[in-house]
Amino acid sequence: MAGAVDQAAFVEWLQRIGDNALILGHRVSEWCGHAPVLEEDIALANQALDLIGQCQLWLGLAAEVEGRGRTADQLAYLRDAVEFRNLLLVERPNGDFGQTLMRQFLFDAFHIELLRALKSSADPRVAEIAAKAEKEVAYHLERSADLVVRLGDGTAESHARMEKALKSQWPYTGEMFLDDAVDAAMAQAGIAPLPSSLRPAWERTVSEVLAEATLAHPGEAFSHKGGKRGVHTEHLGFVLAEMQFLQRAYPGAVW
Amino acid sequence: MSSQWPLWEIFIRGQHGLNHRHVGSLHAPDAEMAIRNARDVYTRRNEGVSIWVVPSNAITASSPSEKGPLFEPSNAKVYRHPTFFDIPEEVGHM
Repeated sequence: MAGAVDQAAFVEWLQRIGDNALILGHRVSEWCGHAPVLEEDIALANQALDLIGQCQLWLGLAAEVEGRGRTADQLAYLRDAVEFRNLLLVERPNGDFGQTLMRQFLFDAFHIELLRALKSSADPRVAEIAAKAEKEVAYHLERSADLVVRLGDGTAESHARMEKALKSQWPYTGEMFLDDAVDAAMAQAGIAPLPSSLRPAWERTVSEVLAEATLAHPGEAFSHKGGKRGVHTEHLGFVLAEMQFLQRAYPGAVW
Repeated sequence: MSSQWPLWEIFIRGQHGLNHRHVGSLHAPDAEMAIRNARDVYTRRNEGVSIWVVPSNAITASSPSEKGPLFEPSNAKVYRHPTFFDIPEEVGHM
C-alpha cells in the first residue's frame, strides 16, 4: 500500500526519468541524416521520436504534480543544465556508431527493467505512461542488443570499436543503480522501485549479450555520478545550447 | 556499405486482413534485419500487422518488351468480363 507522497521528491523523480528520455532522444536525433545507411537513419529517427514522446508524458506529469503552471515544453526548453536530472550516460557524445549503439544498449537494458517495474506503480498515471513506453523500449532493446552482437561478433574492426565503446561507456552505468533520498521516498510511496533493485536483471541481460557479442565483461569499475542531482559533464551544456536555442532566442515562439 | 547489402522486397498486410501488398524495397544483411528495417521504414504510420520480406533476386519478373504478346491479346476479349448477364432487380447491387 502506498504511503503519503512527498510532492517535491515526486517532481524531482519525474524530471529524472523525463530528462533521461529527453536528452537521449536529442542525442539520437543528432544522427538524423548522418547514419551509416538509410535504413539505420530512419530507425534512429524513430527511436529518437519514441524517447521524445515519452519525455513529453513524463515532464507533462512533472509539471502537473509541481502545480506551478509550467508545461512540459517549459521544463524542456527553459531549464539550465544544473536543473537537469538525467544520468550522465545519456548526455555522452555520440562518438562513432559503435559508441552510440553501446550507450543505447546499456541504457535500454536498464530502461526496460525500470518501465516493467513502473507498470505496477501505486500512481496510475505513472503506470499508464510506463505501459505505453515499455512496448517502445522493448523494441529499442531488441534492436540495440542485436546490433551489439552483430558488431561485437563481426569483423576485427567492428569488434575493436565495440570493445572501445564498452570500455568508455561502462564507468557511466553505475549511476543508474544508485539510490538516494528521492528514490527512497518513491519506493516508500510505492511509486517506483529502488534503482539498486533493477541491477540483477540488467546485469543478466548485459552479461548475456556481451558474451554473445564476444566482448569481455568489464566487471566492477569506478562509477561517475552526479547527473541525478544536476552535476553534469561539460557535454550537457552543448546539448542544451542546440536544443534550447529557438526558445531562448525567440521566447514563446510557436509554429 | 549499403551497396554490399542485398536488396529485399517488402510486403505488408494492412489493418483489416487484406492481402500482403508490395510496399517497396530496402537493403539489409539478412532476413531478420530486413524485417526490422521494414518495421522502421514502412510501418511508421501504423500501416501494418504483418511483414513479409523476400530477397529481390528471388523474384522472376515478366519482361517489359513482351508486354504486347503477354497482355494485349486479352484487350479484345470483352466476353471474358461478366457484363452480358441481366441481373434481376431484386438481387440489388452486386
